[in-house]
Amino acid sequence: MAEKEGPLTPSKPAPWNNPAVRSIAFQALAILAVGYFFYVIFQNTLTNMEKRGISTGFGFLTEPSGFGILMSLVDYSEASSYGRTFVVGLLNTLLISVLGIFFATLIGFTVGVARLSSNWLLAKIATVYIETLRNIPLLLQMFFWYFAVLAALPSPNKSIEWGGNFFLNNRGLYFPRPIFEDGSGFVGAAVVIAIAAIVLMAKWAHRRQETTGQQFHTVYVSIGILIGLPVLAYFAAGMPISLEYAALKGFNFQGGMRIIPELMALLWAISFYTAAFIAEIVRAGILAVSHGQTEAANALGLRPAPTLRLVVVPQALRVIIPPLTSQFLNLAKNSSLATAIGYPDLVAVFMGTTLNQTGQAVEIVAMTMAVYLAISLTISAFMNWYNKRKALVER
Amino acid sequence: MKKLTIALAACAVTAFTLSPLAANAATLDNVKKRGMLVCGVSTGLPGFSNPDSKNNWSGIDVDTCRAVAAAVLGDAQKVKFTPLTAKERFTALQSGEIDMLSRNTTWTHTRDTSLGINFAGVNYYDGQGFMVMKKLGVKSAKELNGASVCLQAGTTTELNLADYFREHGMKYSPITVDTSDQTIKGFEAGRCDILTSDQSQLYSLRTKLPDPNAAMVLPEIISKEPLGPVVRQGDDQWFNIVKWVLYAQINAEEMGVTSKNAEEMKSSKNPSIARLLGGDAGAKMGIGADWALQAIKQVGNYGEMFERNVGLNTPMKIARGVNALWNKGGIQYAPPVR
Repeated sequence: MAEKEGPLTPSKPAPWNNPAVRSIAFQALAILAVGYFFYVIFQNTLTNMEKRGISTGFGFLTEPSGFGILMSLVDYSEASSYGRTFVVGLLNTLLISVLGIFFATLIGFTVGVARLSSNWLLAKIATVYIETLRNIPLLLQMFFWYFAVLAALPSPNKSIEWGGNFFLNNRGLYFPRPIFEDGSGFVGAAVVIAIAAIVLMAKWAHRRQETTGQQFHTVYVSIGILIGLPVLAYFAAGMPISLEYAALKGFNFQGGMRIIPELMALLWAISFYTAAFIAEIVRAGILAVSHGQTEAANALGLRPAPTLRLVVVPQALRVIIPPLTSQFLNLAKNSSLATAIGYPDLVAVFMGTTLNQTGQAVEIVAMTMAVYLAISLTISAFMNWYNKRKALVER
Repeated sequence: MKKLTIALAACAVTAFTLSPLAANAATLDNVKKRGMLVCGVSTGLPGFSNPDSKNNWSGIDVDTCRAVAAAVLGDAQKVKFTPLTAKERFTALQSGEIDMLSRNTTWTHTRDTSLGINFAGVNYYDGQGFMVMKKLGVKSAKELNGASVCLQAGTTTELNLADYFREHGMKYSPITVDTSDQTIKGFEAGRCDILTSDQSQLYSLRTKLPDPNAAMVLPEIISKEPLGPVVRQGDDQWFNIVKWVLYAQINAEEMGVTSKNAEEMKSSKNPSIARLLGGDAGAKMGIGADWALQAIKQVGNYGEMFERNVGLNTPMKIARGVNALWNKGGIQYAPPVR
């Protein structure tokens, strides 16, 4: 085989003159230096704390806490461990974040669309709402809802009452609690089946409309299935679910379920505040969709509501989602202000009381920061995935 | 290559400077150099540490700081007060932000052993109690089953409350907030039926109600709350100074030395008094020989400090009770200066 004459290859440079090798080497050095820096800080902190007789480590998580918490989604008593207080605080934080994101999105979209309404009064009300709420500090709004609203509510023995089932007073909103007895599993199963049926039906209806153009009353039928099936199961299983009513005993109402005023105040403040920002994002998103799209939809004979739903909003979402993610992240982090009005969230319960009873500031602050980071990254990851789905697909 | 050498050298220098700091930096030297004592106090609790409209602080905890400043610097006014919430106080002391903490802080085993701090005596023997609105018709804490309770976060109060209700088989729902001001606001707004705290604080908070007479403090005391000044662990010299200034004030009351007669008592024939007001006690702690004289002349003995801030002639109207001297029916007792 004759050797082919190739183009001249430049002689290989020495490794330290090779740009690729050099850049990798310097990056590795930088990482090492940063890593070493944090290692030294970490060791230094440990040594200093040991010298001063401050206890360290995570052993405290198994010790009994010995204090009460106002609201808990899981079983909790004074005999539970500090690890349990962490869980209680975490769940309370997640609860307020999820509820807050749900209501803020709902209110935000409504107000954002309302601000663009051709109805003068509606548009002005939306403008006033946005300009007022987003320009008052969140903490003040929380105090407003907590102290102003709480002061207006009556004491337990003068509660506002609806039909003997619902009571509202300055200790919270009380309503009946369902008691699940044997056989209530059937009802639960019925709910699952109903939801599955609705999903299947929606898919079928969608396909039918695409092939034949005929529409189906999906909404009405869904509601029928969702209520009908569980009710049938309930009677078939011999009425296994009963209600426990709240009743005034001694100082306070006992039994039933309760939403504490701290949760209400926090939820209102955080939802209304964030909704004002979301409304502006929604408005920007809708305005970003060219007016020609609306005119084209009108020309095709679509009424205003379907125009908004089928033509404008899907395109607006591409603009809305990225800034919306930031608002969700803000909301989750703002929920830590709860400690100011006594809602037992993670900061109040864990970084407040637990930190003080154990004195292990470094461990507890690190754990709390890790939790907020994890919550934020989860929201962020989910929204990025959703964003990718909604992004413009180029064909 | 040269750059690399520099970078490595920088790393080495960083590592060197970051090597463990001397744990027991001499607080006394810092205070003297600064010419000012930095003292952690509450955010506002009448009788203990409370600022007026001109930011002049007063109270028994404030006077404890002033006495130390008088003993160390010769001037009771050379104190900078740092208001701290219950949650912040220990971190502020541990990090060296303050020289001493005098903030109605309860001496407990956990705090003494695991926070890297030392309690330098007791300037007020307290106990936890309950306050209710009179119209509720409650006469005893045993009738409080099912009540909502307002309390401050980060205090021993939370633990005592839980223990008491558990012991008596009663239920409660705690409304935990950051400052004592918020607890009284919640109590006033009717968010809770009871306000619980150290009894001295209850009297103090009651004065903040629009009608203090509408509320009453229940007779039960459910815990021991010895309150006192706190210093960092590992600086025994400073620990001794803070401890002995308080003891000097208690000894002074026992011997009848007051802010008014301290100067003339200096030449007293009683050797104990002479040792307290002169002698070499100060030198052994690294401060002036007139340490106790200055503290007592400028701030007063323990009894004066008590009566001026929380005594019967103040809005707090607290009797000496358990805080009287050991030979007058109380338990305030100081080791002798000799």
